[in-house]
Amino acid sequence: MKKFTRWFSKNFVRIYAVLGFTYLFIPILYTFVFSFNDYVRSNLVWRGFTLNNWKNPCGPLDICPALGNSIKIGLLATTGATILGTLIAFALARYAFKGRSLVNTLIFLPMATPELVLGASLLTMFLNLGFNPGFWTIVIAHVMFCISFVVVTVKARIASLDPRLEQAAMDLYANERETFRRVTLPLVAPGIAGGALLAFSLSFDDFIITNFNSGTTITFPLYVYTHAERGLPAQANVIGFSMFFLALVIVIAGQIVGRKRKVSA
Amino acid sequence: MAAVAKRVGLSNPLDSLKQKVAMPYLLLLPGMLWLVIFFLSPILTLVSTSTKEPGLGIGEYVQTYRWANYLDALTAMHTQFIRSFVFATLATLIALAIAYPLAYAIAFKSGKWQNVLLVLVVAPFFCSFILRTIAWRQILAQDGIVFKILLFFHIVTPNTQLTSSAFAVVAGLAYNFLPFMTLPLYASLERIDPRTLEASGDLYANGFTTFRKVTVPLSMPGVVAGTLLTFIPAAGDFVNAQILGNPGTTMIGNVINAQYLQTTNYPLAATLSFLLMLAILAIVMVYIRKSGTEELV
Repeated sequence: MKKFTRWFSKNFVRIYAVLGFTYLFIPILYTFVFSFNDYVRSNLVWRGFTLNNWKNPCGPLDICPALGNSIKIGLLATTGATILGTLIAFALARYAFKGRSLVNTLIFLPMATPELVLGASLLTMFLNLGFNPGFWTIVIAHVMFCISFVVVTVKARIASLDPRLEQAAMDLYANERETFRRVTLPLVAPGIAGGALLAFSLSFDDFIITNFNSGTTITFPLYVYTHAERGLPAQANVIGFSMFFLALVIVIAGQIVGRKRKVSA
Repeated sequence: MAAVAKRVGLSNPLDSLKQKVAMPYLLLLPGMLWLVIFFLSPILTLVSTSTKEPGLGIGEYVQTYRWANYLDALTAMHTQFIRSFVFATLATLIALAIAYPLAYAIAFKSGKWQNVLLVLVVAPFFCSFILRTIAWRQILAQDGIVFKILLFFHIVTPNTQLTSSAFAVVAGLAYNFLPFMTLPLYASLERIDPRTLEASGDLYANGFTTFRKVTVPLSMPGVVAGTLLTFIPAAGDFVNAQILGNPGTTMIGNVINAQYLQTTNYPLAATLSFLLMLAILAIVMVYIRKSGTEELV
């Protein structure tokens, strides 16, 4: 018993973490299991095992175009927010300038505003200007709310850099541009990648802001929401789980490649 | 850096100085312009809409600067306001209790798996927030597995309602914003130098004292950022209350959403939105002051 207590107190945090991850993944496990459900109209009651949903993921009308829109919007918004956010992060981390606290406030405010308010106010402005909401208004909105997250992520990375690395490059007669391109940028790259990943996941999963500014365009979260009441096809589970799995595989593969490169370098 | 450039003598130092002054503004310009046009000016539009009154035509509103709209909105909807903040506070506390050990384990106990575990925290985003919320509704339903287990241990009676309840809404909020809590906590824990923890041990502090007197204070910036990033979206959420709640758990988000998209009472919707924004900002300001972390971004 005493042995067990010692083992338990030593591994308490690990056990707790396993429980935490379990909590995080229970709904995903449910989504996975019900993707094999032989459903009729609505995928709420278990009726038997089938592979049909996986063989025919684009079966239900609109579901794959919705997914396509989500991916396109995600990529465009991520590109925009990552470029704009990274530039701001460099300005904040590397320069002293007037109006700094104003900039900090303008970065912080979108994060402190509920999505509902962001989405609703943007729609009000688009309507007042006679803009028809659609694909591009979603992209604009997503860039807007992702910028701050990119700034925070990239800024943290720049701040954690060892300034001696850049000094060393300059001591070795690299000019400022070379130092930036060959030392600073590669060192900041993981932060930029992290910011981009965060932006893509926020954009891909966004429902509230998109719901306001979508017009007749449908994204995957909008598809799930509008069909939830009438009966969601199991193909939504297939797509939801596949995207989750794909994201994991891509990032973990990236990690392994990155580690190999580090070892060989 | 200017000093280094001067020493290397690559360009006229005065030129480079001029560039240095303009450079930060050039870097800031595109992003700031985007935020001014698509964040700040919509908020101003929102404020101007909030003081309008119904006009003669149907769905027509005219600007009368009726600031009493705010009083009317508060009188009519204060229950939903209070409920939103109570739910959001509870969800934030639950998320903190779950996320802190999780972030601690990732930061100190995961070794080479650290990055993979971090990705696992964000990965659920890809399986759609709404899909997962619907999954919770089905899992907690009376014919679901969780209910049967709880019934077996006599924690619930056959008549207990887990879904369509305040409990389900708060649990759903805590669940959905858990990654927003975990990531900043991890970031601040990871920055702690393990030697400070060793030093505390060398000075005869036991594990718990070290945690309480060293780890927690050093991780405060993460706690502040994480609780804010959970509280803010939770207070304005309407999806959890809609999927997991009942008519008695309506949050302010549900009201605003319905006023915008169903009733199309734009002035009331705008008034409520701006009130929500102001209330959250006020809470955030007080909270940041109290916790002593001024620089958040």
